[in-house]
Amino acid sequence: MNQTLANISVVVRRELASYFATPVAFVFIVIFLIMSGAFTFYLGGFYEREIADLQPFFQFHPWLYLFLVPAVGMRLWAEERKSGTVELLLTLPVTAGEAVVAKFLAAWLFVGLALVLTFPIWITVNVLGDPDNGVVIAGYLGSWLMAGGFLAISACLSALTRNQVVAFILSVVVCFGFLLSGLPMVLDAFRAWLPQTLVDAIANLSFLGHFNSISRGVVDFRDLVYFGLVIAFWLTANRILVEIKKAQ
Amino acid sequence: MIEAKKLTRCYGDFTAVDRLSFRVDSGTVLGFLGPNGAGKSTTMKMLTGFLPPTSGSASIHGHDIVEDSVAARRLIGYLPEGAPLYGELSVARFLEFVAGARGYRGAESGRRVDAAIERLQLDEVRNQTIETLSKGFKRRVGLAQAILSDPPVLVLDEPTDGLDPNQKQQVRRLIRDMSADKIIIISTHILEEVDALCTRAMIIARGRLLADDSPASLLARSRYARAVSLSCDDLPAAASALSELPEASDVEIRRGLVTAFPSGQGDLFDAVSRLTRDRGWQVSRMQLEAGRLDDVFRNITRESSAEEVA
Repeated sequence: MNQTLANISVVVRRELASYFATPVAFVFIVIFLIMSGAFTFYLGGFYEREIADLQPFFQFHPWLYLFLVPAVGMRLWAEERKSGTVELLLTLPVTAGEAVVAKFLAAWLFVGLALVLTFPIWITVNVLGDPDNGVVIAGYLGSWLMAGGFLAISACLSALTRNQVVAFILSVVVCFGFLLSGLPMVLDAFRAWLPQTLVDAIANLSFLGHFNSISRGVVDFRDLVYFGLVIAFWLTANRILVEIKKAQ
Repeated sequence: MIEAKKLTRCYGDFTAVDRLSFRVDSGTVLGFLGPNGAGKSTTMKMLTGFLPPTSGSASIHGHDIVEDSVAARRLIGYLPEGAPLYGELSVARFLEFVAGARGYRGAESGRRVDAAIERLQLDEVRNQTIETLSKGFKRRVGLAQAILSDPPVLVLDEPTDGLDPNQKQQVRRLIRDMSADKIIIISTHILEEVDALCTRAMIIARGRLLADDSPASLLARSRYARAVSLSCDDLPAAASALSELPEASDVEIRRGLVTAFPSGQGDLFDAVSRLTRDRGWQVSRMQLEAGRLDDVFRNITRESSAEEVA
């Protein structure tokens, strides 16, 4: 167990070192901050609403993540396979499972850092009014969990190919499906031929529904479990794919 | 000890490695020799636990490469084909990562990294980003990461590929220095390297083991082994006189040299020197040939493909 944690921490640190050794970190963080700011103030009507909360800030996160998170996740395994370093990594005394978890964690921490760096907006709202900071914290938590879900999908699909562009496009499409699965547009397609319980199940898979309830300040245990399960499922698939694909 | 039993790996319908069995003891430098695509790298990938075998098994000092993979990998330092590295990291940072993954912490990690850097003479590029380095330096970083934990088994896939002659010498010296108590497996298609470095050579083609012997015994299989070459003013006359000798089985003229191949009766070199003295030839050069590994290699691999066609 200790060995596992030690291995994971070594790989996490190496991954983070790589992010900050390349423009990836800088570009991602800057774009994320600019876009989230622009959405909040222009599309979200942060000032015009005259309500001291961060709802206009959080409501655009799913759409921001839809493109930015696959951009972080696409390189996780595709790059490793393309450059051949996967052979180096997986012949060190580190298991594939440890490597999968570590790479995911590093990327998730990195997205978390970008999220933390949006703190000026939290200060702003506290200066302007008297928001419920519990709801704000719940919003950050929900946003980070949702990013984890997107990231687990992207990491898994990145193991399918050596080509980062292919990994990116696949991830965006699958993430889009998960994002929208609660909307009538998607559900109507299933309603015609699936029993109602399965349609409800699909509706329940939606990131949006779970994220919205957390970001409104309702930290329901089921929503936490939901994101936990989504991440666990995709990382398990990721581990299996890594094992299968390394032979090719 | 490394033991492989009927190690087999298929990619779809293609059998890359076909029932390879061998045993290697400590103190051996084993050379995998074979044409490109012979299955050398695939065998190494299986021994290092990267690829699971399709069938058969292998163990490293008693640890099965599939069942007990992590323990087996802990005993192996591996330089994969093409020496892949995390190009965006500095040399020192990369080696620190490898030290961490090998379980070294703090001061011990620093000591290991320093020792590996010193051993491969990487000091001047210590803080340089790996992707900006020349091919020779990259290869040495790959070797540094393989020897970092001073493992009892080293698996090096084409360790001197891309190095200049001086660097090749250095790497060979390094391998020789470490070979006393280790098992070192290298793959190469440079035949002189086998001669210079290995205590044992395995010739592999199309995934199958064709020969497993010491380089000296392999050399003895060459038709050039113990042949005598000389150059003199009248080569055709010398050739016909030499072919009369019972000690010679065959004679050929090539590049200003006439070469007599031994028939196995008596000492060919003695017979040839007697002949030159008796005939009073003006001999400018005369030499006893060692075997030629490329000749053995070509014969062995060609025989096997002829069998395949038949």
